[in-house]
Amino acid sequence: MSKITVNDNVVEWNDGLTITELLKIMKYTFPMLIVKVNGELIRKDQYGTYLVPENSDVKVVHLMSGG
Amino acid sequence: MNEIYTRNVPGMTEVLSKASVGIAGCGGLGSNAAVSLVRAGVKDLVIADFDVVEKSNLNRQYYFLKDIGKKKVEVLSDRLKEINSECKIKVFDKKLERSDISGVFGDVDILIEAFDKAESKQWLIEEWSSKFPSRPIVSGNGIGGLGKNEKLSVKKIGSLYFCGDGESSEEEGLCSAKVSIVANMQASLVIELLMDK
Repeated sequence: MSKITVNDNVVEWNDGLTITELLKIMKYTFPMLIVKVNGELIRKDQYGTYLVPENSDVKVVHLMSGG
Repeated sequence: MNEIYTRNVPGMTEVLSKASVGIAGCGGLGSNAAVSLVRAGVKDLVIADFDVVEKSNLNRQYYFLKDIGKKKVEVLSDRLKEINSECKIKVFDKKLERSDISGVFGDVDILIEAFDKAESKQWLIEEWSSKFPSRPIVSGNGIGGLGKNEKLSVKKIGSLYFCGDGESSEEEGLCSAKVSIVANMQASLVIELLMDK
């Protein structure tokens, strides 16, 4: 099985996996996120088109309001 | 050396006096972080906020009753100069947009993200990271509710840093003690990063 890590959890990887699909798999339904793949920040407008490479290290941070 | 800094940690005054720090948002996080940075020895700050001081800000922000109705950046700039008159404070008193970031903060070494809304935090972090990928941005994330000090931490992802509990929001209400802790976590981290540069 091909894998990636998402916030240090091992997750199954499929060819053509987008950030949008990955967020669904992870049940990350929060509207405001920061996503980094192998150190590169993926902008919100790229979530549907950016393809997550095999063996990637993905970090997702939920942004909370308040400042 | 200015006598203000005689009790500083050895070495920090020299480093901080040459540093430039940006603060996006001058509310609970930004106003408290700015004060700590100037007390520590930062003299060059760029502060941005479009808002005026309201009475409801006084439960957590570094403003006083006499400031109500005045622009936050102007009041904060004066207050910082009352701590150290040698400070050079640049102010931006309009609502920040993506297109402003390079012009307003292009010369700072580190940016403190101190916005209120999660949507604003997102575009600022995205914009900063695409324009200045190796320059640190220190974000406040999770400052709502009461206590739970044990949940406060710094999370690092490359040059992005998140201070807070990562899970509480302002909808739970905001308590001065917790907001000030996180503001000072941001300030403390900025000082540490500048010292490590």
